[in-house]
Amino acid sequence: MTDTVAASQNGKKRKKAKSPARFGCYVVLVILCFLCLFFFYMLIINSTHNTFQIQKGFTFLPGRSFGSNFRNLMNNSDIPVISGIINSLIVSALSAVLSIYFSTMTAYGIFAYNFKFRKAAFTIILLIMTMPTQISAVGFVTQMQAMHLRNSLIPLFLPSIAAPIVVFFMKQYMDSSLPVEIIEAARIDGSGEFNTFNTIILPIMKPALAVQAIFVFVAAWNNYFIPALLLDSANKKTLPILIAQLRSADFLKFDMGQVYMLISIAIIPVIIVYLFLSKYIVQGVSLGSVKG
Amino acid sequence: MKIHSGTARSKKKGISYAKWGYIFLLPFFVVFVIFQLIPLISTVYYSFFQYFRKGLQIVGPNFIGMQNYAKLFATDLPKYFQNTLLLWVVGFIPQIFFSLLLAAWFTSSRLHLRGQRFFKTVIYMPNLIMAAAFSMLFFALFSDNGPVNGTLISMGLIKQPIRFLASVSGTRGLIAFMNFMMWFGNTTILLMAAIMGINPCLFEAAQIDGASGNQMFWHITMPLIRPIMAYVLITSLIGGLQMFDVPQILTDGTGSPDRTSMTMVMYINNHMFSKNYGMAGATSTVLFILCAILCLLVYFVMTKGSRDQEVS
Repeated sequence: MTDTVAASQNGKKRKKAKSPARFGCYVVLVILCFLCLFFFYMLIINSTHNTFQIQKGFTFLPGRSFGSNFRNLMNNSDIPVISGIINSLIVSALSAVLSIYFSTMTAYGIFAYNFKFRKAAFTIILLIMTMPTQISAVGFVTQMQAMHLRNSLIPLFLPSIAAPIVVFFMKQYMDSSLPVEIIEAARIDGSGEFNTFNTIILPIMKPALAVQAIFVFVAAWNNYFIPALLLDSANKKTLPILIAQLRSADFLKFDMGQVYMLISIAIIPVIIVYLFLSKYIVQGVSLGSVKG
Repeated sequence: MKIHSGTARSKKKGISYAKWGYIFLLPFFVVFVIFQLIPLISTVYYSFFQYFRKGLQIVGPNFIGMQNYAKLFATDLPKYFQNTLLLWVVGFIPQIFFSLLLAAWFTSSRLHLRGQRFFKTVIYMPNLIMAAAFSMLFFALFSDNGPVNGTLISMGLIKQPIRFLASVSGTRGLIAFMNFMMWFGNTTILLMAAIMGINPCLFEAAQIDGASGNQMFWHITMPLIRPIMAYVLITSLIGGLQMFDVPQILTDGTGSPDRTSMTMVMYINNHMFSKNYGMAGATSTVLFILCAILCLLVYFVMTKGSRDQEVS
C-alpha cells in the first residue's frame, strides 16, 4: 500500500520534471519535419510557377502556371511521360507482389520444415543478402542481351522473386510472432501444406507483408541503375530514366516548370500507394509487437 | 539447432515433411541462379579478359589474367572507394543517431508524445521520393541561378551566387544530406517496431525497480533490438556501397568537381556505357569482395549475443 503511494507520487514528480524534456523533443521533431516537408513543398509549389518566377527565389504561394507546365510536359515529344508512368507502375507492382509472395514462401519453407539443407539454405540467403544487384550488372546486361530481353520489362520484375532481404525480414518476423502450433493444428485439421501457407500463414503475416510491399514497391519505382542499362527504346523507359534524361539535356535552356512538373509526377503515385498502406505500416508496427 | 530438429523428427515418428521444404524454396533458388548467380559468375569471368569496344571495333575477349585489376588499383579505384565510404559515413552517422533518438522518444511511455502518427508519416516521406527525382530537385534548387541562390541574393546575404556544386564539400555535403534525409525515417520505423516488440513487462519491472529512462534504454532496449540494428546496419552498408543514383544525377555522371564525388558504382556505370566489360567486371568483383567481407563482419559482430544465448 505505502509502496504504491510512493510510486504514484514519484510518478507525479517525474511528469513535472519531464515537461521541458518533452518540449525539447517537440522542437527537434518539428525541425526535422520542417526539413522533410520543405523540399517536398517547394517541389509542388515550383511546379505551379514558370521558369522566371522559379529562378527569382522561394515563394510559399502557388502560382498560376500549373496547367501550362502540365500541358507543355505532355506535349514534349522528347519525354514520353505517359508510357513512363505505365512502365514504372507495371514494374513496381509486379515486383512487390512477386517479391512478398515468394519471399514469404521461402522464409516459411525454412521456418516450418526440417530438411537436410535447411541451415545451408538460410546461410546462403543471408550471404547473398550482402550482394547488391549492381555488382552483377555486367553479366546481367550481357545475359539479358543473349536472352533477347534487352528492351523488355521482364528482367526488371522477374528477379524480385529472389529477394533475400525480404526473406530475411520475413524469417525474423516468423521467428518472433508465428507460433509453430498453428502449423501443427492445421495439419491435424487436414489442411494441405500449400493451403496452410496461402490461407493461414499469409493472413497472419499481413502486417509484415504490407511493410515489405511498400519497401519493394518503392525500391522498384526508384530503381534507376539497371533499367538505364537495359532500356533504350523510348516507349519502354521508366520514370527515373526520363528524369536522368532531363539532367543530361542542356539544363539551362530547359523550361524549369516542366522539370518540377516531371519530378512531381514521379512521386505522386508512390504517395497514393503510401497513403493507402500507411495504416498497415502503423498497424504492422504495433501488431508485430504482440507476441504469441 | 541439430538436437532440436532430431527430437522433432523422432516425435513425428517417420512422417517427414522435408520435401515441402525443398518445394517452398525452389522458386527462390531457380530465379536466384538464373538472374543473379550466373550473371555474377560471368561478371567475375569477364574481369580476367580484355573486352572493350574501340570505335566500332570490339576488342577481345582475350584472356589477360590480373591485368585489369593491376590497372584498377594503380589508377582510379582507391580514390573512388574512399569517396564512396566517406559519403556513406557522413550520411549514416546522423541517420542512426536521429533514428535511435526518435524511436526511443516515440516509444517512451514517460514522454507520451502526441501527434506521433503525423510525425512518423512525415519523416518517412523523403524515403518515398525517387532518389533520381530528389537529386534532380536538389540540383535545380542549388544550381548557380536556382532559387536558393536567388533567395539569398534578394535577402542581401550574399552578392555573388554560391556555387554549391563547384565545391568539393558542397557537393559531398549535399549528397550525404540527401542520403540522411531519405533514410532516417525508414530506420526510425524499423527501430520502433523492434522496440515495441519488447515485452512491456520488462520496462514495467525496471520502472518499479527505479531504473531511469536512460538506464532502461541502454540495458533493456539496446540489447534487445540488436537483431534489427544489425539489419539496419547491413542494409545501410549495402546501400552505401551501392550509392549511385544521387551522385550520378547531381553531377550528371561526372562525379564533379574533379571526380571527388565519383562512387564505385558510377565508375562501373561509366565502363558499362563505354562497353568496357573487362574493367567493369573487375571493379564489380572488387566491390563484391569488399561488400561480402564488410557485411560478414557486421553480421557476426551483431549476432554474437543471440548465438551465445542459443548455445546456453
